[in-house]
Amino acid sequence: MKTTGQRFATFLLPLFFLSCSATLAQQVSFDRIVNADKEPGNWLTYSRDLQGHRFSPLTEINTQNVSRLKVKWAFQFPDERTEVSPIVIDNILYVTGPNAAAALDGRTGRSLWTWKRPIPSDYHSIGFGHTNRGPAVLEDKLFVATLDGYVVALDLRSGAERWSSKVIDYKTGYSMTMAPLAVDGKVVVGVSGGEAGIRGFIDAYDAKTGAQAWRFWTIPGPGEPGHETWSGDNWKTGGGATWVTGAYDPELKLVYWGVGNPGPDWNGDVRPGDNLYTCSFVALDAAIGKLRWYFQFSPHDTHDWDATHVPMLFDAQVGGAKRKLIAVANRNAFYYVLDRATGEFIAGKPYAKQTWAKGLDAKGRPIPAANSEPSKEGSLIWPNLNGATVWFSPSYDPQTGFVYVATREIGARYFKRDTPYKVGTFFPGGGEDELPPDDAWGAIKALQAESGELRWEFKLHSPPWAGVLSTAGGLVFSGSDEGNFYALDARTGKPLWDFQTGGAIGANPVSFTIDAHQCIAIAADRVLYVFGL
Amino acid sequence: MRLFTATMFSLILSAAVCGAPQQSPPAQPSPPAAPDMAAGKLVFEGRCALCHGIDGGGGRGPSLRRPKLAHAADDDALKSVIENGIQPDMPSAWYLSPEEIANVAAYVRAFGNVPPEVLPGDPVRGKAVYARSGCSACHILAGEGSGYGPELTEVGVRRGSSRLRETLQNPAKTIPEDFLLVEASTASGQTIRGIRLNEDTFTIQLRDQQGHLYSFRKSELSHLKKLRGESPMPAYGTTLSAAELDDLINFLAWQKGKP
Repeated sequence: MKTTGQRFATFLLPLFFLSCSATLAQQVSFDRIVNADKEPGNWLTYSRDLQGHRFSPLTEINTQNVSRLKVKWAFQFPDERTEVSPIVIDNILYVTGPNAAAALDGRTGRSLWTWKRPIPSDYHSIGFGHTNRGPAVLEDKLFVATLDGYVVALDLRSGAERWSSKVIDYKTGYSMTMAPLAVDGKVVVGVSGGEAGIRGFIDAYDAKTGAQAWRFWTIPGPGEPGHETWSGDNWKTGGGATWVTGAYDPELKLVYWGVGNPGPDWNGDVRPGDNLYTCSFVALDAAIGKLRWYFQFSPHDTHDWDATHVPMLFDAQVGGAKRKLIAVANRNAFYYVLDRATGEFIAGKPYAKQTWAKGLDAKGRPIPAANSEPSKEGSLIWPNLNGATVWFSPSYDPQTGFVYVATREIGARYFKRDTPYKVGTFFPGGGEDELPPDDAWGAIKALQAESGELRWEFKLHSPPWAGVLSTAGGLVFSGSDEGNFYALDARTGKPLWDFQTGGAIGANPVSFTIDAHQCIAIAADRVLYVFGL
Repeated sequence: MRLFTATMFSLILSAAVCGAPQQSPPAQPSPPAAPDMAAGKLVFEGRCALCHGIDGGGGRGPSLRRPKLAHAADDDALKSVIENGIQPDMPSAWYLSPEEIANVAAYVRAFGNVPPEVLPGDPVRGKAVYARSGCSACHILAGEGSGYGPELTEVGVRRGSSRLRETLQNPAKTIPEDFLLVEASTASGQTIRGIRLNEDTFTIQLRDQQGHLYSFRKSELSHLKKLRGESPMPAYGTTLSAAELDDLINFLAWQKGKP
């Protein structure tokens, strides 16, 4: 017979160990993120891995059983049209909204904690909606970027604020909507405001203290290389926002980030030159934020074709040699493959209808076509300003060697107008008239990763706004603007399952396990759905 | 730029152009100065045309070429919409001065300043033409009729007389953007012609002329044809006399919604 004390100890000890293991489990070291494949049931960074793949190694849901996928639970956000890509750690989902975050019980969707920061009454989104695309995690903290320009570190277990650092002054047109990227002790963030005449930058903050570690200006200042691609003072309002999460190579220790359009968007007359580093990928030394290389996709852009995409990093055979590559399906309708150590152009070709360039030269620079500039009367050009794809994520599938891109096939008449710059206001220099809905369509396209050759396409009723997830179960998941969430065969593009969510999907899917069983999650309008078998 | 989506803008579209009953503008104090239309045009083209079209004809946002705007029953309401936006879809232009807002409001209003037309024909006779031509077999007007074609209760607000005439003479030339005739054949061999009520990547919903509703998975259809440029409406240019056509157009032009 046990004494009371023994019974107490018997009862308490497991609780104590449970508590310890929970504490340890919630310490998300950078090594855990680097080695994300070792714990496929978790989703520890925006794209699951630092290489921007948005690929899940989970196989429980596969081509044989995906037709049985069912909703497990749903969570309603207070705000419409959420674009969140959740982080998932050990049965808990972490989600964000505009100036808000929450932890959700993975079994039920019930919230465990919520956090909100008031949006100032004089805050204005200029050129986009109130949104947030997700959090980042490192050690015991969750990191959220806010519309009014703060990066905030929250205690992972309670949602209490650990620190907050002011990144920008929203009154001058800046904002923040992207999910931060946690990289080796730092939190890397980018800014929005490409339609407000900002001067863009990428910032890194010490994850423990919130102290600024470095800043990289995407528009070089006087005396800096690249400044000669601007004239007069126009670099001060040159745009170059950085509003989509980048990628990281743990071996090269380089952060890769996409840079947005120059300002004003559609009137390039006032900013002659290539306007570096707008519409470029930049590779930065993660320790100090110094530029290692850049590649500009759309020099002197006049179509609002930001290069703010998640870069995909992978290795592949090119010309008989294994190369370290970085690839992107760009908003300008070309797919590019570069050497990620040097930025050297390796391959590029259109993946969607485009009428603005005759092709790319040997160095990947576009050769402009006739009538490819906005005009007073309006110029009909493909793709439209939202591009052949936009901010939502592509996916790289190491099993098929394909890149999957949610593609928009839509043109527009582009107009050029004069817009005087006024601090903190819309600075477009023109606009566009989209073609009618029935003249536009969309597709999920499977491209050979190292060449951009089309392998298959699955047509969509309209140009999509949702990202793509591929899985080791041989599946590709994405969503439509009419609310369809669906699964395709990753090798053939054949549709295998679909579900009408009832709300337009403008978010990225993720996959993880709850109690060791695979789930798929997607936000549709204001609802987060979690599916399982 | 980050973009509102097509859906968001279609929401604005439906929110902004549908519905609100016509209201008489309240008595206005004399404005301090006439608005500067040229200045308003500049602001509009620089800041509004992105969504509303360079000529106000709409794009991702609604067309402004109409006398009645649901969110802007009068000029003060229009200025307020411009200044404060329609959250979350239409951004505010809080940064414009009151003079700039007045200028752009005047410019926007000018899109809908359709002068009253003096029309030939007689609306009472036109009502009889409407009745004996069987229009109500396909259209609902003031609560009466069958809803196969577009409702005509407010057609006088949406369409000018020249557009009405064009539609009656050659319906296929003026099909509304969201009105599509579809032919669908099932695996069992049944063929349905109907108006598309909704569509997504995997399914389509139709209504035929008898009012039957259909919902199909596209994968189950052997044939799905979108009959772009075809209208189920007969052309009345030759079946009605010129006088009857004038009467019918006059009658339809008076259909401006419920009081």
